[in-house]
Order: sequence, then C-alpha cells, then structure tokens
Amino acid sequence: MNNIAIDCRNLSKLYRIGERENYLALRDAIADAIYSPWRKMKNFAAGGVEKSAKDEASLWALRDISFSIRHGEIVGIIGRNGAGKSTLLKILSRITEPSRGFADIRGRVGSLLEVGTGFHQELTGRENIYFNGSILGMKKAEIQRKFDEIVQFAEVERFIDTPVKRYSSGMYMRLAFAVAAHLEPEILLVDEVLAVGDTAFQKKCLSKMQEVGKEGRTVLFVSHNMPSVTRLCPRTILLESGKILRDGPSHQVVSAYLRSGLGTAAMRTWTDPSGMPGNTVARLHSVRVVNEDGETAANVDIRKPVGIEMDFEVLQTGHILTPGYRFVNEEGQIVFSSYDPDPLWRRRPRPKGRHLSTAWIPGNFLSEGTMIVSVALQTSFSHTLHFFEPDAVAFHVTDSLDGDSARGDYGGFIPGIVRPLLQWTNRAAEEIECPSRKAL
Amino acid sequence: MLYFLVWRDIKLRYKQTELGIAWAILQPFLAMMIFSLFFGRLAKIPSDGIPYPLFVYTALLPWIFFANGLTQSSNSLVGHSNLITKVYFPRLIIPISAVLTGIFDFVLGFLVLIGMLYYYGMSINAALLYIPLFLLLALLVALAIGLWLSALNVKYRDVRYLMPFIIQIWMFATPIAYSSTLVPERWRVLYGLNPMVGVIEGFRWMLLRTQTQPSPMIAVSAFVALVALAGGMLYFRQVEKAFADVV
Repeated sequence: MNNIAIDCRNLSKLYRIGERENYLALRDAIADAIYSPWRKMKNFAAGGVEKSAKDEASLWALRDISFSIRHGEIVGIIGRNGAGKSTLLKILSRITEPSRGFADIRGRVGSLLEVGTGFHQELTGRENIYFNGSILGMKKAEIQRKFDEIVQFAEVERFIDTPVKRYSSGMYMRLAFAVAAHLEPEILLVDEVLAVGDTAFQKKCLSKMQEVGKEGRTVLFVSHNMPSVTRLCPRTILLESGKILRDGPSHQVVSAYLRSGLGTAAMRTWTDPSGMPGNTVARLHSVRVVNEDGETAANVDIRKPVGIEMDFEVLQTGHILTPGYRFVNEEGQIVFSSYDPDPLWRRRPRPKGRHLSTAWIPGNFLSEGTMIVSVALQTSFSHTLHFFEPDAVAFHVTDSLDGDSARGDYGGFIPGIVRPLLQWTNRAAEEIECPSRKAL
Repeated sequence: MLYFLVWRDIKLRYKQTELGIAWAILQPFLAMMIFSLFFGRLAKIPSDGIPYPLFVYTALLPWIFFANGLTQSSNSLVGHSNLITKVYFPRLIIPISAVLTGIFDFVLGFLVLIGMLYYYGMSINAALLYIPLFLLLALLVALAIGLWLSALNVKYRDVRYLMPFIIQIWMFATPIAYSSTLVPERWRVLYGLNPMVGVIEGFRWMLLRTQTQPSPMIAVSAFVALVALAGGMLYFRQVEKAFADVV
C-alpha cells in the first residue's frame, strides 16, 4: 500500500449554480440574517420542513468518486464537457475542497490546469518565466538552472526580453507550456494543455510528457484527444455526470467511450451550407459508417465488411475529383489511406450535383478497436484540397470469440494495427499422424 | 513566491506610465502641497510650531502607505482570481504581498522627507532607527483590515465601493491634517483605539519631536492592531477554502 500516490474515497463536490450564490450582495446577506430566523420560525410553526431554494440550484459536479493511483502510473481522464474532469483535478491540486469524502495525496503536486497562469502581458518573457515558475512551485535556483532549457524548448530565444504582449499567440503558448514542462513534481496534474501550438509542437509536448512518465513520476492527464490518451496512458478513467463510468486499460475505456456515442459518432451531417467543409468547387454534406446492409453502424464485427460513405456536392464542373479517407486507430497511428480508384471518374470531371462515394473495407482485415476516419476530396494533379475533415467519423471494430476470425480461440491481446485473416498452409515435413481434414 | 509576487507588482505598477517611479514621490508630495495650502495657509490649523508642510508630510507618508496597502490588499484576491482558481498556494500570500509592495514607494517618499528635514533645518537623529518599527505597525494595521476586507470582497463585491469612504473617514479620524493635541487629553487613549493614530504620532514624535508624549496611544494602537490582525487571520483561514468556488 506504500506505493499509492493518490487515494480518493467517496469524493463529492457540490456546486451551487445560479448567480445569487456567486455574487451575493452584502445587502442580501444582511436581509437574510434578519429575516431567516423569522422564516424558520414560521416554517416550524407551519410544521413544514424548510426547503431552501439552494437545493434546487445545486449540481453535483462529482459524486462518490473513489479510485487510487500508484506512484509512477500515468492515468488519463476522459469524458464529455461537464463530466467533472476539471473539478476532479481542482480538488486533487487543492484549489478547491471536496464537499464530501477525501483525497489523500502523497508527494509534491504540480498542477497545470491552464497554461500561462499568472503570465502578465506587460512583463518580458524572462520575467514571466521566473514568475510563472514560482507560482507553479519552483524555487528560484531551480528556475535559474533550467532557464536556458526552457527558452530553448519554447523556441523564443530572440524574444526573451520582449514583453509577452508582443508575442504571437503560438509563442506565448509555447513559452507557457515550456515552463510547465520543466516542473519536477512527483505528481503532475495536466488539463488539456496539448491543445496548443502547431502539430510539431504538440508532438514535442507529447514526447516530453512521455519522458516525464518514464522518469517514474505520477501523471494525471485530462484530455479530449483520444489518440494521445491511449498513447500516453496505460490506464484511463472515464467520467460521466460526475461518476466513474469505466476505469481500466486505456484502449478499452477509450473504445467504450467512443462506442457510447459520447465521442466522435458514426455519422456526421452538416445542414447549414455555410458550415459545410468545402470550397467553391465542392462541399461535404455528410459522412457515415455503413454496414453490409447499408445501415449506419457504430459497431462493426471484425469479420464483416464496413463502408465509409461520403455525400458531397459538386458546385463547379470541370474538376477531376478524388475522394479519399484516412484511417487512424485509437493510438493515433495511421492505419492506411485510401483514394477512390473508380475508372469512371479517375480522368473525367464530375458533373454538378450530389455524389455518394463509399469505400469498402473487407471483413477480417482491420484490427479490433476504434477507427477514426478523416475525409478529404482533392484534385490530384493540381494538388488542390477541396475539403479535409479530420476525425469526421469513428467506428468500433469488435472481435468476438467465435473462433472463425484471425483471433482464433485466443482471448488475449493481439498486437498489430491490422488483423487480416490470412491463409495458412500446413503440411507434414515428415511422416506424422494427421487427423483427416474431412473430420473438421 | 511571495518575493516574486511583490517583485512583479512593483515592476507592473509604473510600467507604461510616462513618469514611472516619480509617481511614488509625486503622490505624497502633491498631497502635501494641497494640504499645506488649504489646511495650513487658509484654515491655519495649528501644527505644534512645526512648519506645516513638514508637519503634514510626515503624516501623509505613512498614511499613503497604509491607504494604498489597504486598498490594494482588499482588491487583491479578486484581482488575482485567475491565480486562485488555477493554482494552489497559501492564499495569505496575496494580501500580504499587496501590502508589502507599498514599502518600495514608502522608501522613495522617505528620501524626500529626509531632504525636507534638512531643508527646514531639523536635525536628523537616532530616532530614525525606530521608523521601521512604526512602519511595521502601519503594515500590520493595513494587513489586518486588508485581510478582512479582501476575504469579504470575494463574496461581497460591495467592498470595492465601500473602500473610498472607509479610507476617507479613517483619514479624518487620524491626525494627519491636524495635531492630536486638538483632541482633549482625557480622550486621547480612546483616540488611540484607531491604530493609525499611534503610527502617525510615532512618526511625528520621532522625526519632529512634537511635545505630545505618545507612548500610551501607541501602546493602545499596537494592541488594537494585533487583535484586528489575529481576527483577520482567523477569518481569512476560515473562508479561504471557498475562495476558488466563489471568486
């Protein structure tokens, strides 16, 4: 039991909603103090139980959350907006107190609920590094020691003595994250910080987080980015309406989350023409995952083919249009990309109007888990991208234990990004007794 | 962190102002001119035989330190709400740093005071060494009241609008424009219940050697300040847990 870093028991947090509680005017408090004994007496006389209006205007942001995390564990926390993720981090970082229950935390906690907390526009990059570092709990000597590293990580060497108000938003974010990334707490609580910067910087952040985890520190990571959760965290907790819905290996929990329709759905439709992905040549109306019978399907049997169908509208004639899909698994790996090879439209412009293009993935090919599909329409020979919708739809591939899939009768984890059912041959290399194939 | 917070506030205070830290000197100096003109020249308020500008500046300097400290600390928690809702640290740091920041201005203003003493031919003596003691008393008073008000301000934003009146009334209840000798002898100890009376009297006594023997008043003031501070601390500790939810 000694290696427990965070131990939560029946953690609950009640929030009062409605503006009265938040900005109570002094006058109200005084009036309340004068009148409430009266009201209580009246209620008592009437034999009624006092029912305060506050009860109706309250919300359990967390309800009876219990879990424990060992030292060195990296745990992801996922869930819809308002599921209680941030409240949980706030309690663990001692910013707010739980209404009930307790959280026992062993070790120095560094929390990163927002990048650039305490950054001040008027101060220079250098000054902000010192101030922000001290807020996050670093000693002055510690900051001095890491100063160069931080500046280098943020790639802002030239602007270090410029007030941050003159920074581009990317530089600002990079600097803010860089300070935080160089914290050395035993327990690190992170909320959505990876949503900053360009792709290259995000990769840098992710690898930095991975490094932190390898050093044996405990990390709690709240994110909406499923691939990075599965890649970083072996274990994930799924919150829904303040309760723990699932807690287990990340790929299972993430799959459950996506499957439950809480995440990316199996169908995306755009109804408002101005919101549709596209340009003057073509625009995307909808994308969906279909099964053999042409029904929208969020769950697909690993043995059955699955189609991705896009419904797009050509607005301008004279363009050769190639629809394409990219399939990414829950670990963020691109499994494959596919472009429409249809000879009818390969070298011929498509006429105006709505088109349905479906790519069929055969059964017994994909691996089990979640597939996230990005959708694109392009003209190859001028390299024009008419639309590209990342993470448009998602579906879940399930592999049952019926014995006729590539899994066979094995019930455990099978690595690999695809799981094709291949043909295997067996023949005797010497004289042995073989059962007759006919007996099968 | 306390150090960095004070350091940041001092840096920020005069950033993007044309006159910069000159404001730290101008503020009490201009106030002194106005007071000298209206109270000294026109109203002819007696100043215990000391040149009125010197008389009033000696009082204004600690008063402005106190008034700024009180205002800043009262608004400090609300002003730093982004820190309070995002990072954990002892919340006491915020009002404390707000009061401490004023020391910088005080020191600058004090240099002017020394210049004025020299100009008016007053001798500068060892009593100067007691200055930090009285400054500490002013700081404790500002912090004591600041703790109460800052915590109240989190929940009741009325405090912000009440502030100017509190400070104005308090100023008239403190011997700044006038001498405490105007107050009848038998009321003096009671008068000392206003802890700033002790501070101001202490300053005048040390620097200008006014006739009043302020010891009992100072003792009462110091006692009141400590009681208020203890109360402020207790109240602050009690409500600080809820700051992040309310602010």
